Amino acid sequence: MKRPCLGAILLGLIPFAATCFSVSLWDRVYPMILGLPFNFFWLISWLLLTPLCMWGAYRLEEPGAAEVPRKKGRAD
Amino acid sequence: MTPHVTALAIISGIVVVGSLIGFLARSHRTMDLEQWTVGGRGFGLVLVWLLMAGEIYTTFTFLGASGWAYSRGAPILYNLGQAPLIYVTSFYILPLIWEVGRRHKLQTQADFFQVRFGSTFLAAFVALVGVVSLIPYVQLQLTGLGLIAEVASFGRINRAPAMIVAFGLVAAFVFVSGVRGVAWVSIVKDLLLLSAALVIGIAVPHIHFGGIGPMFAALAHAKPSHLVMPGATKNLGHSWYVSTVLLTSLTFYMWPHYFAASFTARSGKILRRNAVLMPLYSITTPLMLFVGLSAVLVLPNLNNGDLSLLAMVRKTFPAWFLGIVGGAGALTAMVAAAIQLLTGATLYAKNLFRPILAPGMSDHRVASIAKVMVLVLTFGALVLAIYSSLTLVSLLLLGSAGIAQLFPGVVLGLFSKRVTTSGVFAGIATGIVIALLLMLTGRDPYHGVNAGFVALCSNFAVTAVISLLTRVRVSSFDERNADIAASHAESTG
Repeated sequence: MKRPCLGAILLGLIPFAATCFSVSLWDRVYPMILGLPFNFFWLISWLLLTPLCMWGAYRLEEPGAAEVPRKKGRAD
Repeated sequence: MTPHVTALAIISGIVVVGSLIGFLARSHRTMDLEQWTVGGRGFGLVLVWLLMAGEIYTTFTFLGASGWAYSRGAPILYNLGQAPLIYVTSFYILPLIWEVGRRHKLQTQADFFQVRFGSTFLAAFVALVGVVSLIPYVQLQLTGLGLIAEVASFGRINRAPAMIVAFGLVAAFVFVSGVRGVAWVSIVKDLLLLSAALVIGIAVPHIHFGGIGPMFAALAHAKPSHLVMPGATKNLGHSWYVSTVLLTSLTFYMWPHYFAASFTARSGKILRRNAVLMPLYSITTPLMLFVGLSAVLVLPNLNNGDLSLLAMVRKTFPAWFLGIVGGAGALTAMVAAAIQLLTGATLYAKNLFRPILAPGMSDHRVASIAKVMVLVLTFGALVLAIYSSLTLVSLLLLGSAGIAQLFPGVVLGLFSKRVTTSGVFAGIATGIVIALLLMLTGRDPYHGVNAGFVALCSNFAVTAVISLLTRVRVSSFDERNADIAASHAESTG
């Protein structure tokens, strides 16, 4: 089995560090941001930031992926 | 028309139209086992995405998450925290699982264990764990259907008869549709659910408080403890959060139906691309939480938190809209239950019944046994749904704790040559026993840690130790072991 490369694994650890292990740092109501308690704001932000990290990992795991034109899904 | 007639009529309309779509989608194909379970392995990008993304948003997202936000408060953040991490995990393991699946023509999760470890008994054991863990998940869907009928009829229909009707509907739906029909119905329910979620999530806080911000300001003033862990609970604090998020995000794709859904993809690259984008689809989850939290101040005395979303919709919107939301929820529950039943029944017939009890059985017979098993499983879930009072979240966490025990076998099987059949066997058995002991004796969480996570750690330790003590018989995916799984696929395909 081809293992994922180190860089891709490190990029995947970022969301785990941010939304899981660091809970005691961000589980608070204040400061409220955009009307959301801080913990809600923090986790919702990571719904948007995680794809960025994983896009980086995708580029590392599938080199040249961006140059290959996307194939359309075959109709069933 | 009185409100409950309007609401119930719209719900029934949506369910009937949805079922018709499922029926039409399969009508021009002959349904053998392969077609019924993995859609003939010919799903394009769109259908794979629908199966993988669509099936993840079940009745749970809709009613369970808002229910815990209402009754427990901040601990439900585990559900928001795990959402992106599920896909991070899938990025690393699903393409590899897909690769094995394609090379050896696998249909089920237990097939994977069969080709990796070369043991029919291990595969049968894995199938058993999968089937049993799926039951609470199906039960969750049936309970959801019952709740919808109860609220939409304004209490005129009791939950138990509603669930019996739901049982008949779901079983009939699975019988005629198969996986392809289910995937097409997914389109309808995804569109309905997404638009309903957007409308409710934004409009409910807006109508009652003037916006999401003012809603949180009011809640932070009236009940600040509800918004940070452990919320309204005593023991769901930070260590519970970390252990639950790790448990559910690492092991989510061990659910046999999600595991097998990866086999329907055309390439590993599609699965990686999905993994990058899928967290964006979770954006509906916080909206559902906002509705549950609004209900804390607006409807403070509900006896069942899982009713909070529907009760808020009933209070806020006209009856026809309650009908649309209820219909979306009902269709969602049916689709999810159908996929879970299909998977459970196939696992039972193909990996448990045939190899252990009737090795010479034809594929045609296996397919019939699978259909009988659909009825048995639905009935089991129905009985449990009528007699148990667990919340939707508790049901999900119960199944997750069981299914999680398959994770060490899959991951070590993929990445290590040293792991042995006995090691995996002992690990799964240990994990299941510990999870059951802790949960049945009311020790979940155990010293503040999710019981399923305690079981998973013990499982890893036992798998590692026993593997080091025993001799390796099969060190990687072996062509000869594949024959058993592949012969079934070839004869049907």
